[in-house]
Amino acid sequence: MLDVKAGDEASFDLLLRKHRLPLVNFLFRMVRDAATAEDLAQEVFLRVYRARKQYSPSAKFTTWLFRIATNLALNSVRDNRHRRADVSIDVKAEEDEAPRELPAREMRIDEHMIERDRSELIRRAVAALPEKQRAAVLLHKYEEMDYGEIAKVLECSESALKSLLFRAYETLRVQLAPLVAQPMAPRAGEGRPV
Amino acid sequence: MKCHEVENELIAYLDRRANSADRKQLEEHLATCSACRLRAEGFRKVWNVLDEVPSIEPSLGFDARLRQRVAAEPRARWTGWFVPQPRLALSMALLIALSAWMGNMPPTTSPDNEMGTKQQFEMIKDLPVLENYDELSKFDALSELGPAPVAVPEQDHSANPNGGGS
Repeated sequence: MLDVKAGDEASFDLLLRKHRLPLVNFLFRMVRDAATAEDLAQEVFLRVYRARKQYSPSAKFTTWLFRIATNLALNSVRDNRHRRADVSIDVKAEEDEAPRELPAREMRIDEHMIERDRSELIRRAVAALPEKQRAAVLLHKYEEMDYGEIAKVLECSESALKSLLFRAYETLRVQLAPLVAQPMAPRAGEGRPV
Repeated sequence: MKCHEVENELIAYLDRRANSADRKQLEEHLATCSACRLRAEGFRKVWNVLDEVPSIEPSLGFDARLRQRVAAEPRARWTGWFVPQPRLALSMALLIALSAWMGNMPPTTSPDNEMGTKQQFEMIKDLPVLENYDELSKFDALSELGPAPVAVPEQDHSANPNGGGS
C-alpha cells in the first residue's frame, strides 16, 4: 500500500488481485447478492485509491480494507431493508426475504431442505444474524482475522467481540442443528468445499 | 469457572488462541458440565458446516471495470498548487496583517533624534544665507565702517544707502 501511496499504479493492481476474491465473498455473504457485492467491492477499491495519499501504516492494510467494506455493506443492508419495508406495504413478503423466513425450528428446516440445498440454508442462517454478529462471524470464520483486528474493523472492544461471536455461534448452532445432525453426503465430481 | 463465564472464553478456546491458564480452567469446566460440553461440540460442528458454503468468483469484467473507474479519477496536476490550503492561507494572512500593523506604527522618537530635527530646522531657515555665504563673506570689510545709522530721515532720499560718499 505504501507503494500505491507513492504513486506506483502496478502496486494497486497487485492489491486488487490479492484482495478482490476475499473482499467480494465477504460482501456477498453480507448482502447476499452477487451484483451488489461486486458494486460494493468496486467502491471499496475506489475509496482505497482515493485515500491512498492519506494512508498511514498504523494499522494493517486488511483491517483498513475490511473496515471500509463492512461500513459499506452495513449501509447497503440498511438501505435495502428500508426499501423492502416500503415495498412490503403493497407486496407480500417474497420467499427470498431472508432473516425472518429462516426456519427457526427443525420442522421448517426439514421442509426447506427439500427445496434448497444445504449451502443456501447455511447462507440464510448467516444472513439472519444481526448485522454486526454476521460481520464478526464472516471475518472470524472466513477471513481468519484475529480478535484484535476484527475488533478494530467493527470498532468495538475485544471483550465485546468475544461476546458477539459467542451469541452468533450460539444462534447458528440452534438454527443449523438439523444440518449438523445430517452431515453432507459427498457428491460425485464435486470438489472440496471452500 | 461458571457457565456464564464460558461465554467469554469458549471461542478463543476452540480457536486454540486461549492462554494456558484459561484453557485449563475451561477444560476442567467442560469435563464437569455437559451443557457447556454440548455447546462447545455444537460450535465445532457449525464451523465445519460453514465451510460447506462455496465461494463466488468476481465477474470477468471486474478488474477492467475497476481500472476504468480508477483511470477516470482526477489526477494530481501542477494546478494542485492552487488548491486552497488553510494553513498556508492563514500564515499568509497573518504575515500581511503584521506588515500592515508595523507600517502604521508611529516612528520612534528619542532626545537625540529631537535635537537632530531642531538643527535641521535651523539649517533650513538659514539656507539662503548659507547659499550666498561666499558673496556675503566679501562684505567683511564693511564692518570697519562701524554701525549703520539707526534711522534715515525722509528728506535724505539722495543719500547713499551704503553710508554714502565712499
